[in-house]
Amino acid sequence: MLDYTPKEYSKREALSINPAKTCQPVGAMYAALGVNKCLPHSHGSQGCCSFHRMFLTRNFRDPIMASTSSFTEGSAVFGGGSNLKTSIKNVFSIYNPDILAVHTTCLSETIGDDMNSLISGTQIPDGKIVIHANTPSYQGSHITGFSNMVKGFIKYLAANTKTPNGKLNVIPGFVNPADMREIKRLLKAMGVPFTMFPDTSGVIDAPMTGKFEMYPAGGTKVDDIKDLGNSEATLALGSFASAEGAYDLEKKCKVPAKILKTPIGVKATDDFLMAVAKLTGKEIPAEIEEERGQVVDIMVDCHYHYHGKKVALFGDPDLLLALTEFTISMGMIPKYVVTGTPGDSFEKEIKAMMEEAGIDGKVKALGDLFTLQQWMKEEPVDLLMGGTHGKYIARAEDVPFVRIGFPILDRSVHSYMPITGYKGALRIIELISNALLDRQERDCADEDLELIM
Amino acid sequence: MVDRANDGILEERRTSIFCNSKQSGCELKCEKDSLAGSVSQRACVYCGARVVLNPITDAFHIVHGPIGCASYTWDIRGSLTSGPETFRNSFSTDLREDDIIFGGEKKLEKAIDEICAQYSPKVIFIYATCIVGVIGDDIEAVCKNAEARHGIRVIPVKSSGFAGNKSMGYKAAGKALMKLMDGPKQIKNEKEDNKNFNINFLGDFNLAGEIWITTGYLKQMGIEINARFTGDSRCEEIMKAPEASLNIVQCAGSMTSLAKEMEEKYGIPYIKVSFFGLEDIRHSLMSIAEYTKDPDIIERTEKLIFIEELKVQAELRKYSSRLEGKKAAIYVGGGFKAISLIKQFADLGIRTVMVGTQTGRKDEYDIIREIAEEGTVILDDTNPAELEKFIKEKGADILVGGVKERPLAYKLGVAFCDHNHERKHPLCGYEGAVNFAKEIDMTINSPVWRYV
Repeated sequence: MLDYTPKEYSKREALSINPAKTCQPVGAMYAALGVNKCLPHSHGSQGCCSFHRMFLTRNFRDPIMASTSSFTEGSAVFGGGSNLKTSIKNVFSIYNPDILAVHTTCLSETIGDDMNSLISGTQIPDGKIVIHANTPSYQGSHITGFSNMVKGFIKYLAANTKTPNGKLNVIPGFVNPADMREIKRLLKAMGVPFTMFPDTSGVIDAPMTGKFEMYPAGGTKVDDIKDLGNSEATLALGSFASAEGAYDLEKKCKVPAKILKTPIGVKATDDFLMAVAKLTGKEIPAEIEEERGQVVDIMVDCHYHYHGKKVALFGDPDLLLALTEFTISMGMIPKYVVTGTPGDSFEKEIKAMMEEAGIDGKVKALGDLFTLQQWMKEEPVDLLMGGTHGKYIARAEDVPFVRIGFPILDRSVHSYMPITGYKGALRIIELISNALLDRQERDCADEDLELIM
Repeated sequence: MVDRANDGILEERRTSIFCNSKQSGCELKCEKDSLAGSVSQRACVYCGARVVLNPITDAFHIVHGPIGCASYTWDIRGSLTSGPETFRNSFSTDLREDDIIFGGEKKLEKAIDEICAQYSPKVIFIYATCIVGVIGDDIEAVCKNAEARHGIRVIPVKSSGFAGNKSMGYKAAGKALMKLMDGPKQIKNEKEDNKNFNINFLGDFNLAGEIWITTGYLKQMGIEINARFTGDSRCEEIMKAPEASLNIVQCAGSMTSLAKEMEEKYGIPYIKVSFFGLEDIRHSLMSIAEYTKDPDIIERTEKLIFIEELKVQAELRKYSSRLEGKKAAIYVGGGFKAISLIKQFADLGIRTVMVGTQTGRKDEYDIIREIAEEGTVILDDTNPAELEKFIKEKGADILVGGVKERPLAYKLGVAFCDHNHERKHPLCGYEGAVNFAKEIDMTINSPVWRYV
């Protein structure tokens, strides 16, 4: 298989091998899909749009709709202004969304298309909206793109109209629609009025009806995005994907921002619920406490399945920050943690968690899977967790593998099953425990195969 | 053409849609840029170049640009290898903001040096993405210097995404392949009289191991394979491709321009083939055999066709009895596949009611019009809205397409077959024809549709 990674290190400054990230625009497209009756629009060559749709389609197994400015050689020389104008005209006349969310690409950024003036200089049909976000592919990663698109909506739409709505804003971060559903379920159980933005549930996990809906019923409504500025507070889940949007809203509309980890694992979910309770004065209901108790019960029941096992984690920073914390709390040893997204704070935070737990581990931001595999060759681990591309390493290094995060291109149902909240914690425990036990049973001698594990 | 009243079709798109009629002299607009603002199913120049070159198993493919272009195409095709796995790794310069400001040439040079330090590459392809031309990186110069520095082949692929559509990318890949064949160590095309007849196989990318099936037939016929473009190929075989006596071209969309160039430069004639569906397999194998004018080869080929057809006919009949009268819609990349599919469906008793391609050429659309029934909707570079409209209007039971079409069909409650990168079993050759029928039967007659 992909056992092409040598054990010996050699200096590598310019070459990225087997990335653990992708570029900004796909994150922007994902965020825009979380808005009701919104068509994401890629301002660049048509390949970008095609690749992003393909990538998201493979991950979510649902139609992903987005339009493109279809740059030609002429646009690269003279600017993409006329392509955008034509696009806006065509999109509203044929696809008729309520709102068009334009994101840039490395090409349109580098040739210097001024999106503000292009959009304000274009005639937009009455009652329709066009917003944009700058998402240069050469900065950050898809997570940055998600964050920038959230900021774009807030910049264009959110307003403080001095009519407080008593709501809590929740920016869920780059998580699956199932996670957005789960977080909403918890908020509803607490009786908290809220707006989740963006919200891809009901859009890319829409039910089968025998009809193709270009704009399924889900997604944050445009009016609710406008109203974000009248809320009591904003909870940003995941500092990389959600914090900047919350801070922008704080600056623009004086809605206080609170940044939390993505609620993955017991502690992060506790923190989330406590923050909600504190901000809203609502109690955490017995049914949620019961769910927490169940997770702890299972953690006691199964701790010997995974305690002391070394795990290598890769993927997006917000996921890894929470997952590192959770696996440590399970008694596991997150030995290697790699994200492709740049960020010094990421390395610092993970290092601090490792140090506190007495783990001699390695962490890297702006890293790649080649590095991770070299580390695993140097000192092996018992388990690998991350997106689909990890399967090459899992096979080469003969290590059990749990698929988690983005993208997962070779398994289905994952986007319908939450990993957030207490229910999500149960699922992660089940995935980890089963992967380790399946492996043990695969490898053991006949006489060691036991009925009860 | 098509009823115009509020039919949800963009005015500018009308000339790309055609309701088949043998009498009408109407021209279908194709081989043109996509309309801005369209939800096009098409990709870019880079994508076209990458899908053609990436299956070369032992080459290093460095994508020079921001990370996206490398990540989206990492092991994208499902091309299988019988040996080296190099091509399944993703190498990129992951250009960052500083590189955009100060230029990416130094980083590219370094990346090449780093590969050479870690491995012993023979050939490196350097793909130019959108941004490379715009920031003014001279990748040709970088490649030339690197060749001198390391004594290997470093080939630039001029594949800036905006410079046309996917077909331009096929041409860019063709140019890169020509460059590889024209190397300093070029093997002269000496057609000595005693030299064995041998062929290059152009336009099979070994999805699900298909090239192993077809080259298996050719071997049985007594035909020597010189080089494969590019499924399961090695750099070395591409370099000796100029030695061949004949090029056979399957994926015409991606390989015709290369075949023409090889004919001009090395005097290698080419013929078009297709190994999808019994009729096209028979025709293709026979035209290769007849080309050799060797009675032994012709006899062996006739025998092979007879035996193989006999082996699969009963099974195909079993499936066609379950599929008779169904209606199919086709939306694929190139014209050659669409043509084969129409025939293959007809063999199974299935009528094709809609057929379209991303990058089909005029001559291919002419054939499609010839073999498609009256009233079949023919369309170029379509989008989901049009697909939905015609699938519904025409009452198609199945759509054949690629990754982006699959969930669309499913949402409409229509069966689907991936005839693109995501095929999971071979669809070519005789066993492929059976696989195809089996898959169509599985998806059309799945109990799942009863729940819709």
